[in-house]
Amino acid sequence: MPVWGYTINNNNQIDFDLKDLKIFDRLSCSEPSIKLCIGCGTCAGVCSTGNYTQFSLRKIISLISRGEIYNLSEELSKCMLCGKCSLVCPRGINTRNLITNARLVLKELQIEVD
Amino acid sequence: MSKNKIVVIGGGIAGMEAAGQLAGLGFDITLLEKGNKMGGHVANWHHLFPDGKPAKDIIARLKSNIQDSVDIHFGAEVYKLQKNNDCFILKLTDGQNMEADAIIIASGFDLFDAARKEEYGYGVYDNVITSADLEEKFCSGKPLKTSKGSIPQKIALIHCVGSRDEKAGNTYCSKVCCITAVKQAIEIKESIPGAEIFCFYMDLRLFDRYFEDMYYEAQTKYGIHFIRGRLSEASEDLNGTIILKAEDTLTGKPLKMNVDLVILMVGKVSSKGTREISKRLSIALDEDSFIKSNDSHSMFNFSSVEGIFTAGTCTGPKTIKETIADARSAAMQTASYLRKKSVTIENEK
Repeated sequence: MPVWGYTINNNNQIDFDLKDLKIFDRLSCSEPSIKLCIGCGTCAGVCSTGNYTQFSLRKIISLISRGEIYNLSEELSKCMLCGKCSLVCPRGINTRNLITNARLVLKELQIEVD
Repeated sequence: MSKNKIVVIGGGIAGMEAAGQLAGLGFDITLLEKGNKMGGHVANWHHLFPDGKPAKDIIARLKSNIQDSVDIHFGAEVYKLQKNNDCFILKLTDGQNMEADAIIIASGFDLFDAARKEEYGYGVYDNVITSADLEEKFCSGKPLKTSKGSIPQKIALIHCVGSRDEKAGNTYCSKVCCITAVKQAIEIKESIPGAEIFCFYMDLRLFDRYFEDMYYEAQTKYGIHFIRGRLSEASEDLNGTIILKAEDTLTGKPLKMNVDLVILMVGKVSSKGTREISKRLSIALDEDSFIKSNDSHSMFNFSSVEGIFTAGTCTGPKTIKETIADARSAAMQTASYLRKKSVTIENEK
């Protein structure tokens, strides 16, 4: 982490006008329930991966819907598809299908393919 | 037993409903409205949440309940109140005096003056308007346009303007703005299907029946974007678009966005009329400047003065449904107060 004030820092601001929502738009077609997220975090609270890493599906959905896709592929690869999140989501988002589809979309668009 | 006389102060929906109910019970009712039309704020609204019913239908129904049975008195305010034994004497600004055995205050609310949130630029930038301005545009039937006459393609709705804000002097929630934003976002999307619409909110308070369904529909059917983060500031670009800055709290990042039109969801404040009438009638106000109720659980239609009752938003923000229910409750409390009083007088004779 660069020291603030003595080094050049990357801009942390989301400049929404420059963002490309193509991943969100694609996912809205293949798994429309992504639009239903209310950011409650139940998925992240129940997630085994999230207990040991920075992984949070709630945050991933938020970032995708703002066009922030930096490191997305690496983040998505952490999910073990256990599906506990889909059992607890109060809005019935098909979370496991969402993650699988997000991986496919990244591959299709050739963004950070692993 | 002589016919009891009740004066209802305020011709909005609360006053109309209370007057209609009491007239139906056989009381002699005068409804005072300081302006020249009935219906209060609802008369300025186009369509209503949660079902999109035209506001004028509600007013027409309330009017039909009172037009033959209630004496409606326009263009005068109460400037003084005297109590003579058990009877109130109201002195009006048009020189008339009026007697009443009981009074119902239905003096309503005012909309928060959005210009007071200077950082949002209302009254400074032409493309920043309020939820009430938007309803006026809907009522006019003209298409929604920016100040330069183009169809707006990116529109932001800002929740909690003047509500839950110590800087604005109002720490309470105005209750109806969240659902109004959802309703207006859907209405804009219906008239401009290609538009991108963003709601900036702190918490979404969609408490009543069908409100969550509207929110669900706004997300699924209309693709409205909800961004959890309160607007920090708005500024104007050279070409008249508005630059918004907020934190997107769910990604934990500051966010900047250009939009063509900003709509501020103005909250409710205690009306000037409510504060003035309370002073003239020596009724206690609470810290939020709305009329203080005897208690907030079961005595909410009772003011601090015996014989003076409250109906509607003079005791705090309410939906139309809540206002109507509160007005009916006030009517019932007033009727039972007067019946008890006449029984006591009869027994004493």
